Amino acid sequence: MADIIKMATRDAYGKALVELGAINDKVIVLDADLAAATKTGMFKKEYKERFFDSGIQESNMMGVAAGLATTGFTVFASTFAMFAAGRAFEQVRNSIGYPHLNVKIGATHAGISVGEDGASHQCCEDIALMRSIPGMVIINPADAVEARAAVLAAAEYEGPVYMRFGRLAVPCVFGDDYKFEWGKAVKLCDGADVTICATGLMVNEAIEAKKLLAQDGIDAEIINVHTIKPLDAETICRSAAKTGCVVTAEEHNIIGGLGSAVSEAICESGTCVPVVRVGVNDVFGKSGPAVELLHIYGLDAANIADKAKKAISLKK
Amino acid sequence: MDAAIKKQLKITACKARMGIIEGVFNAKSGHPGGAFSCVDIITYLYFRHMNVDPADPKNENRDRFVLSKGHAAPALYAVLALKGFFPQEWIKTLRKSDSNLQGHPSIKYTPGVDMCTGSLGQGISAACGMALGAKISGKPFRVYTVLGDGEIQEGQVWEAAMYASAKGLDNLVAVIDNNNLQIDGTCAEVNSPYPIAEKFKAFGWNVIEIDAHSFDEIDAAFAAAAEFKGKPSAIIAKSVKGKGVSYMENEVGWHGKAPNAEEYEQAMTELSAALAELEA
Repeated sequence: MADIIKMATRDAYGKALVELGAINDKVIVLDADLAAATKTGMFKKEYKERFFDSGIQESNMMGVAAGLATTGFTVFASTFAMFAAGRAFEQVRNSIGYPHLNVKIGATHAGISVGEDGASHQCCEDIALMRSIPGMVIINPADAVEARAAVLAAAEYEGPVYMRFGRLAVPCVFGDDYKFEWGKAVKLCDGADVTICATGLMVNEAIEAKKLLAQDGIDAEIINVHTIKPLDAETICRSAAKTGCVVTAEEHNIIGGLGSAVSEAICESGTCVPVVRVGVNDVFGKSGPAVELLHIYGLDAANIADKAKKAISLKK
Repeated sequence: MDAAIKKQLKITACKARMGIIEGVFNAKSGHPGGAFSCVDIITYLYFRHMNVDPADPKNENRDRFVLSKGHAAPALYAVLALKGFFPQEWIKTLRKSDSNLQGHPSIKYTPGVDMCTGSLGQGISAACGMALGAKISGKPFRVYTVLGDGEIQEGQVWEAAMYASAKGLDNLVAVIDNNNLQIDGTCAEVNSPYPIAEKFKAFGWNVIEIDAHSFDEIDAAFAAAAEFKGKPSAIIAKSVKGKGVSYMENEVGWHGKAPNAEEYEQAMTELSAALAELEA
């Protein structure tokens, strides 16, 4: 068996910024004293004159990003998801979202897989918060390949984008030939019995869950929802109509994230099929090794497979 | 300052005050008090100081203005209309559902507005970003922002104050409209921001203290700020809330209240008399 290549999406983010720096002199990168952790430090090393550290000022950083964007720059502003979407929510809403400015928020250390730092830093609410801002695009890449592609695509898009990256090195799901299609959910494999809509590091778990389900004779279809807003409801609902039930899988609170978005889309499409959500079950996280925590909170293939069976049992 | 220029600025500011009353009266809501306290400075900036062209409001080399105390929008709108950014008739549509004049400034609706503001403390950060943008691109434009004295209770203001001096944004001028009144009382009583000048000095700013209603002092302050290199400038402008309408002056009740028909007539009578005297 070939070695599985693992890389954190934050590393891919940092590398993609360096790539962008070379081809786009309008790219400016901001950070709030976390450049080493968010990996914007890679850009800082290459393009010092286009990197600005605010120190520990997430609210001001978002406002500065907004002001810079009004002068024609494509601004990437980075900190941990907890502070980007949480602490600076209102600055993102009023100074970036409302004027619809060209700011890309590179939020790293999202979700439970932050690990040992514990609940104060494990942001499982960011997708919910960002979804509620009109015009905000939300991208949650599955692996390093998709993260790089998403960053390059975001730089070409005019308007605010929230990009969610992880701390933990995760397996690469995609090959180097992967093409990122803006706003399109990606069907990874066909199936007949259940649709698994996954995002972020849960995409790899969904692929593993398909193998587990196959052992029980269940044929799962997997859709990678890298862009949660705007949601590709058409692709999701078409699959749901075919398989007759859906499981959503995300490293986020089951409230307000992918599970909510998919449920809304399915209800409004008239495709009335059961939807079962896998995610952080409306609780705060805790300290521990990331992989251990993912299992403790049910963010793994085994739980996706269990919930797939539940979804199938709910079919009329 | 040249007497003829000063006279013209006073006339324009008086007309802007009439615009504030017109807007807030027709809207039946809004914030007249804090609009009157900063309208002389905004008039000066648009009619005497800033490089702006109403025919080309998005020109990338224009000077920028961010009304960080966004609730003073009626003052900004009155000045923008007089400057020719949009028709004077728009003033009467303030805050209505089909209007281009939102309750707080928005770049999405109004020509001449450079930033969405209204949530206090945020405008100065955006102004920092604009000033940084000018520095990075080597453009000569300058950035002006007006904050309320109550607004500087917001922590974000001090994040921005630290940032602006650390980054050497000497193309940024922040005016503190020091009328000493906020919704719940005097600033000193509610949660004192004083001493304001010393705070900005400690944060590494060039600080200038003036009378917010003296065009001579306003002119000298902005000229001095333009000359000052290496640090951002803060102009602490001692002002009178409601300045120009007798019954509104220094009355906190006029922070966020529209005049009724009788009060409207009285305000317009007073301002018309003041204008006639200036134009005589």
